Amino acid sequence: MSIEANIPTNDKRGNAFVMNRYRFKTIVSSIIPIPIENVDTDQIIPARFLKATTREGFGENLFRDWRYNQSGNKNADFVLNKTEFKGNILVGGENFGSGSSREHAAWAIFDYGFRVVVSSFFADIFKNNALNNKLLPVQVSEKFLAKIFATVEKDPKSELKVDLENQTITILATGESENFDINPYKKTCLLKGYDDIDYLMSLKNEIEAFEKARI
Amino acid sequence: MVKEIEGGPSVLYIDRHLIHEVTSPQAFAGLDKRGLKVFRPKQTFATPDHNVPTKDQHLTIRDELSRTQVEKLTENCNRHGISIYGLNHPWQGIVHVVGPELGITQPGMTMVCGDSHTSTHGAFGTVAFGIGTSEVEMVLATQCIMQPKPQKMLIEINGKLGKGITSKDIVLYIISKITASGGTGYFIEYTGSAIRNLSMEARMTICNMSIESGARGGLIAPDEITFEYLKGREFAPKVNDWDKAVAYWKTLKTDDGAEFDKVISYNAEDIEPMITYGTNPGMGMKINDTIPTGNEFSDNNKNTFLKSLKYMDIEPGSKMLGHKVDYVFLGSCTNGRIEDIRAFANFVKGKKKADNIIAWIVPGSKQVEKQAQKEGLVQILEASGFEFRQPGCSACLAMNDDKVPEGKYAVATSNRNFEGRQGPGARTFLASPLTAAAAAITGRVTDPREFL
Repeated sequence: MSIEANIPTNDKRGNAFVMNRYRFKTIVSSIIPIPIENVDTDQIIPARFLKATTREGFGENLFRDWRYNQSGNKNADFVLNKTEFKGNILVGGENFGSGSSREHAAWAIFDYGFRVVVSSFFADIFKNNALNNKLLPVQVSEKFLAKIFATVEKDPKSELKVDLENQTITILATGESENFDINPYKKTCLLKGYDDIDYLMSLKNEIEAFEKARI
Repeated sequence: MVKEIEGGPSVLYIDRHLIHEVTSPQAFAGLDKRGLKVFRPKQTFATPDHNVPTKDQHLTIRDELSRTQVEKLTENCNRHGISIYGLNHPWQGIVHVVGPELGITQPGMTMVCGDSHTSTHGAFGTVAFGIGTSEVEMVLATQCIMQPKPQKMLIEINGKLGKGITSKDIVLYIISKITASGGTGYFIEYTGSAIRNLSMEARMTICNMSIESGARGGLIAPDEITFEYLKGREFAPKVNDWDKAVAYWKTLKTDDGAEFDKVISYNAEDIEPMITYGTNPGMGMKINDTIPTGNEFSDNNKNTFLKSLKYMDIEPGSKMLGHKVDYVFLGSCTNGRIEDIRAFANFVKGKKKADNIIAWIVPGSKQVEKQAQKEGLVQILEASGFEFRQPGCSACLAMNDDKVPEGKYAVATSNRNFEGRQGPGARTFLASPLTAAAAAITGRVTDPREFL
């Protein structure tokens, strides 16, 4: 892709930062199902936990008010507290990530250990934030989502395979598979470990020219 | 638009950038890590709002984490030459109240902020939307972000609004129709005679809540009401440039016959005072209506609906009218402007706050606070038993001490009724300033028209 030619491989101090970054690889994992619609960012990470000035550590409070009751004890019914559910793929109901623009929601999910979120529909800002944080949002059909939930209900250990290169998601137990969409630019970024700032910094001359032309 | 990438997002140039203490520290840290400076510091404006106390703002903030965030904002801005209106500055306030009242927001500009309610500024014909912290870092570093092209939706509302119906009712009505995800992927343009007749403040309330339907932003074409509002404001074009600016702004309207991906029309006469009963802003209805039973929905939706009502401890199929209320919150970037304080104060004038109600009246900015004092609104509020606080986001998201306790009901003029939004276990009914005032007086959910 032409974008790759634009990406600088060294920062200003000469560090080869792009080389050391996280690159998205094919993932095979069991899943954590949250079959609820409109999971909003206040549930993912409540506002009172947004007071940090770093990006790390938000996983501790992921789904805080669903995970713990008011007295701070674990809520045994919530999926993250059930030992039979493990894995780094989170599967949620329709309109996942609605509400606030807080990137902390994507940070919290990633920090907890998830690398993929699957839903039949994502809120815009959340989707962008996820992609900017190496967390892959995979949008599937409602039918396929229902199949995932049904499969995991039968067997909590059943696994999904998410192949970004080929843009496919597969329920391994049944072999059923679906293609998912991703912007080709974002796909390259995830596979190669680039980010938007690398790219935008490489356009500095064009940005300055744009400013001059407008005055 | 600086550049379009084949099959990718476009590189969009940002004219104005607002920042606050919660979503910016990690962006500045990112710049430091890369050894970068802020590219265009004069195009970014800062004010602390999310975390700040609404009492005793002249004192040091007691909560250590909040204090650190607010101090970090000041430090980052000073280091990078960004204008900041801190806690004791006469221009401090909620970013989305401050931007318009200082004339930072202008028609035709692109504007972003690390806050989803940036859509507010669309009321000026500004392309404005919320972004995440990585994007805040992009804007600081390059004054650009990467954005996919949104689809276009037109919502037209014609006719005359009834007595006691506000722009908050219009937008709650719209979201109750198109749902909390119906606007996802779209930029919405609002038009029609009912919109054209609204003040700038009322227009801001509508654009503000565009995000609650999932839309990235909302727009209203600028007109004489817009120009009149902006004239003479601090950062608005000055004498010599004013006419030129207005001439340009007048060209900023959608061409007749322009194509939209979706067009929806509503009749203003069908809109009544609205209130939400559930845990997303789409779960709203006319205040006199009956809550659905759940049988109206498919199995999946029914489960979500019942879970929501269980959290609210509300019976499916019941009425909202007369429901008990414990707290009333007037404020936020949705309804914390001077007109909102005026409407509330005029409503409660000569009446007394109900004893069972704890009320927080929180101005959107220092300028709103000052104006309310000047107009004698604070005296009216205090005479009726209301406490007038200092500016900030306050109980809208309960990052400060203004939290609604577990299990309590609040009628709030803010924008989200999510579980725990106003405090862990808190239950929120979203409504207009008039409906909030009516609840504050009677202590129950009340149709404000009973008093008009």
